[in-house]
Amino acid sequence: MRVTMTINGQQRSDEVEDRMLLVHYLREVAQLTGTHVGCETSLCGACTVLMNGKAVKSCTVLAAQADGAQITTVEGLAKDGELHPVQEGFWEEHGLQCGFCTPGMLMLATDLLSRNPDPSEADIRHALDGNLCRCTGYQHIINAVQYAARKMRGDARKSA
Amino acid sequence: MAAAVVPKFVGTRVKRREDPRLISGNGTYVDDVKLPGMLSMVILRSPYGHAKINSINVEAARKIPGVVAVVTGEDLKGKLGSLTTAAPAEHIPYHPPLAQGRVRFVGEAVVAAIATDPYKAQDALDAVEIDYDPLPVISDPEKALEDGAPIIHEEFKTNISTRAQVASGDIDGAMRSADRVIKFRLVNQRLAPVPMEPRGAVAQWNQGSGQLTLWSSTQGPHLLRSYLAEILKLPENRMRVIAPEVGGGFGAKLNVYAEEVLAGYLAMTLKHPIKWVERRRENLATTTHGRDQIVYVEAPVKNDGTLLGLKAKFICDAGAYLQLLTPLIPGFSGMMMTGCYKVPAMAFEQLVVFTNKMAPDAYRGAGRPEACYIAERTMDMVALELNLDPAEVRRKNFIPKEAFPAQIPSGLVYDSGDYAAALDKALKIIDYPKLRAEQAEARKQGRYIGIGLCSYVEICGIGPSAMLPPTMKGGGWESATIRMEPDCKVTVLTGVSPHGQGQETSFAQMIADEFGIGIDDVTVLHGDTAIVQYGTGTFGSRGTSVGGAALMMATQKLQAKMKKIASTMMETPPDQIVFHQGTMALASDLSKSIPMQKVVDAAYGYKVPIPGVEPGLNESAFYEPTACTFPFGTHACVVEVDPDTGVVKFLRYVAVDDCGRVINPLLVEGQVHGGIAQGIAQALYEEVIYDENGQLLTATLMDYAVPKAEMLPHYELDSTVTPSPVNPLGIKGVGEAGTIGSTPCVVNAVHDALKPFGIKNLDMPLKPERIWRAIKSARKA
Repeated sequence: MRVTMTINGQQRSDEVEDRMLLVHYLREVAQLTGTHVGCETSLCGACTVLMNGKAVKSCTVLAAQADGAQITTVEGLAKDGELHPVQEGFWEEHGLQCGFCTPGMLMLATDLLSRNPDPSEADIRHALDGNLCRCTGYQHIINAVQYAARKMRGDARKSA
Repeated sequence: MAAAVVPKFVGTRVKRREDPRLISGNGTYVDDVKLPGMLSMVILRSPYGHAKINSINVEAARKIPGVVAVVTGEDLKGKLGSLTTAAPAEHIPYHPPLAQGRVRFVGEAVVAAIATDPYKAQDALDAVEIDYDPLPVISDPEKALEDGAPIIHEEFKTNISTRAQVASGDIDGAMRSADRVIKFRLVNQRLAPVPMEPRGAVAQWNQGSGQLTLWSSTQGPHLLRSYLAEILKLPENRMRVIAPEVGGGFGAKLNVYAEEVLAGYLAMTLKHPIKWVERRRENLATTTHGRDQIVYVEAPVKNDGTLLGLKAKFICDAGAYLQLLTPLIPGFSGMMMTGCYKVPAMAFEQLVVFTNKMAPDAYRGAGRPEACYIAERTMDMVALELNLDPAEVRRKNFIPKEAFPAQIPSGLVYDSGDYAAALDKALKIIDYPKLRAEQAEARKQGRYIGIGLCSYVEICGIGPSAMLPPTMKGGGWESATIRMEPDCKVTVLTGVSPHGQGQETSFAQMIADEFGIGIDDVTVLHGDTAIVQYGTGTFGSRGTSVGGAALMMATQKLQAKMKKIASTMMETPPDQIVFHQGTMALASDLSKSIPMQKVVDAAYGYKVPIPGVEPGLNESAFYEPTACTFPFGTHACVVEVDPDTGVVKFLRYVAVDDCGRVINPLLVEGQVHGGIAQGIAQALYEEVIYDENGQLLTATLMDYAVPKAEMLPHYELDSTVTPSPVNPLGIKGVGEAGTIGSTPCVVNAVHDALKPFGIKNLDMPLKPERIWRAIKSARKA
């Protein structure tokens, strides 16, 4: 079947098998390998992207279900060479070590901050319920999200 | 001697050079590698814990459009060597990459399908028909030792793979002169490392040059090359192994796996690049597990809390086949089981036993968490039995700081330490006396608060080559090459293979300080056997200590050469010249200097010959550690147990760690946080479970409880700094210390909370149901 979607502001249209998962469409067809596959049961969150502005696990969405949608992946966060505040936060606060869960974390953080511009530590821990990290123990990720939140509150720049 | 470097970057929180690519989705992990004509390999695995394979029918599978090959163990007979173990063991089973005639654990690889994409390869596997005859299963290592137990490898006539016995001092005398001998059984349960990136490999064969290139999510590309070359019967100088970005390892990727062998072999025979990436279910079943030891402990003590000795019998579950380091890990547990304590006598006996499970191997701590668990549960058992304060029992038995370097009964020599200082610091931070008072008050109100302590010491910075078995390829040394390019930028080639540890940053900090240049002027390369000289890889908390020492050795050679060149230009003896802010200057008068670029031009241009000095600026070094290093510390935590649900809540978590000298405190914090998370996970949440049929019950992340953010506490970190005298940089290492110190701390805290119920010895993981049942039983009694 044919699917058409806008990914990071660019529209594309492809012929795919009905059963193709969105994460595989992004990685193999759209050639955007920043979104990662960490499990096959939608537990780990490494595949998190924004679909029409909301965080979804792209391993549990068929490409067909994303037909007509606006998708934002980690590759679409930076604008004109300038890092998104969540990316800056993760860099400043050592919110990543191996980097594998990071794209999913960045998209989740972007979603969280669009709903809650001043999340507490408890808010962030709760929001991270669907995203696993094995390296950081989460504390620096929390610091990173709060860094981004502060920057976005003090900054006129629009979030993704 | 010339003036010292004025430190600028070392010791400071520098953000990582690795991050820009990783936060933009531009890191290349093995599943991101795409090659023209690349095919996908997917593996069909045994659904039985133990079975005879009667027949495998792949005819229908081979006919599916898009399927290029379907391969069984019979197809590979005689073509490939056995997978191997590096450790000496009495009984080492033949381990084919695809099962031949028998399967011995759930998940064992049986058939490989290769197709134009993974979906079609899976379609092929769905069409394979296998006739199995199930055989009796052993999933309990103690049952494996009983008379009449089914034998997993019939040729050995036993399920024992190997055994060890070490004794030192007069343990029998200690037992006789004890006021009492405290005995208990500990289970250090089987864990799964679960790096967020599953394992994967891409193999590409160049028919023209006869070269195999293998990308693998590995912690040790050179070691992997050496082992794979042997199995594939290829010369090492025609094989290139690349570790691209690696999404976590934790020891599980320091190995040689069947799928790596298969990808390499099939790339060579099918003459197409082959990609294989495991699914999470496969990762939980067939990536090496960790721990899995049952230990019977006997602790002879005096009534004043003095520990007179320590005796332990270990039953170590090795799974059905040995992976690379499986039989080596328990040795660390025995050798380190006396922990921080001046125990005069010790004895241990270990049996490494086959069962119908996946092999365990190195997993963050690799034998030392098990050792620390023994030592620290013993301390709390002693305190409980003798009605003494657990902090004071530890203090009383500590090896004192004056005793270092300190030889312990097993023969190891601890490099440096001050255990009392770390304990004191931790107790001060939590305000221990106030906490005990609060605990007493809380108990009156029916609230169960527990305070847990763990004073740990561990062995890392692996290590002197002689400590590794003679049968293991490579050694414990590490390598580095440092190159000053013609434009004064520095390239470092390191033999360590970081996968999150941050050496691209910490090594750049070191070099920037050494030469007085900017951090961005240093590039650190690793993980490619075609670029980097033979190295040992990243594991055993050795990256910065051993890898850094090799880099310093190479740097000193390069600096000596540059000083020699500068001295001819400055007419000053080399030993009076220093590197200063991009110049080479007189130590006694930094304003008298020449730009470093001029020295570099002289070395590369060589228009004016320099007597006794070759052109170029490229130096290598291979650092052989004289000894291991011994980080230590005290972790303290406060928990509250809900008696109606068994749920454990953290009130506070404090870690005081001593990893010696620190290059980048931000990276050290990250390592400690991540280590603690995995240690808490063992204490409270995680367990790999096989049922009595050998079925893996924990095959998804829903069943295997890797902690989420809400399941972990806020960590409060502090430190003491006791440089290591055996490492040239004073670094002890820190990658595993957090995991080692946290597990016993939490288990001790929960038991302390449950003390009013008389509950003495619950096994991990301390899940709510387990605690609730124990409380229920205690309340009935």
